[in-house]
Amino acid sequence: MIQKTIGEVFLIIGGIFMFLASLGLLRMPDVYNRMQTSTKAVTLGAMSSILGVGIIHPAWLPKCILIMLFILFTNPVSAHAIGRAAYRTGVKLWKGSVCDKYGSCMEDEDE
Amino acid sequence: MKSLSRWLYTAIIFFIIWIALVGTIRWDELVTGAAVSIILAIFTAHIFTTEGLSNLSPKKVICGIIYFFPYLIWQMIKANLDVAYRVIHPKRPINPGIVKVKTKMHSDLAKTIVANSITLTPGTFTLDVRGDEMYIHWIDVKSQDVEEASEMIPGVFEKCLMKFMD
Amino acid sequence: MPYEIYGLTVYVYVGLIMLGVLFSLVRFVAGPSAPDRVVATDILTTITTVVLVVLALFFKRQIYLDVALVYAVLAFTAVVAIARFLEGGL
Repeated sequence: MIQKTIGEVFLIIGGIFMFLASLGLLRMPDVYNRMQTSTKAVTLGAMSSILGVGIIHPAWLPKCILIMLFILFTNPVSAHAIGRAAYRTGVKLWKGSVCDKYGSCMEDEDE
Repeated sequence: MKSLSRWLYTAIIFFIIWIALVGTIRWDELVTGAAVSIILAIFTAHIFTTEGLSNLSPKKVICGIIYFFPYLIWQMIKANLDVAYRVIHPKRPINPGIVKVKTKMHSDLAKTIVANSITLTPGTFTLDVRGDEMYIHWIDVKSQDVEEASEMIPGVFEKCLMKFMD
Repeated sequence: MPYEIYGLTVYVYVGLIMLGVLFSLVRFVAGPSAPDRVVATDILTTITTVVLVVLALFFKRQIYLDVALVYAVLAFTAVVAIARFLEGGL
């Protein structure tokens, strides 16, 4: 019984984080800030939900941990790929941004 | 010698993944897995790794699981509370920008770990890695100086990783 | 039936997930540039993986976990391929 309650708490925490990730996707002003909020929150939300399932049904725990590790390793990589693609295709930073050190480095490379 | 070590390392990693995916330990499955991972390793070892077996030394594996992994999870939880605050706050308290930092790590594996950890932790994510320079999008820029930013963003992980990597 | 989840937890969880999918779809339709849509796709694929795992618990079928794993692998490959394609060099 207590084990089920712990699992459900993990499930709900994961759901809340995934909801916040989508909210950040909707509210933030440019691609980079959207990625900033969404990739982090969705990674922890997914891991927490899957851990909740593994706790409720302990026989599935090894496979659940495998899926968790896979999400943990691959989500930053895809975020990095999308971020670089966005910069290369010329998506501008938000007008309130403070500094952009990457642009000068790209210009050096072009010359 | 170097290529043999790389090949062996690739085969071991593939075999571990095979066991984790199959889930049961039986004779025929182990033999099939060993054969498949050895054949795959012949073709992919030169892409898969540059270090070879030294990545798999017990010190690195045990320290990575005991020290680094809980630290990373703790940093992720902090990151998510930070993100939640910024998303829910009606005025969106963000101050974004792209900064350049330098990393002290040398091997490719360590750089990958540092870059992925940066992506998962409070308010930062890695756009590009070139040599030992990293370009990082920071949601709340506190310092534009290379040295100070290096101390604040990858420094926290490097202190933890330095003990057993490189 | 010791492993069933039911009652309030299911309603709250499904509500949160549906709102998340809805917001991501809004961003997918409205996103001004192509990378916006790719980010929305990335979020949607991760949420789909989680939904498959939760469905495995709901219907008590272990095979759904394997489906979720394969889906995660393929979705990661697809997102990275699209990102590389946008960048110009596949």
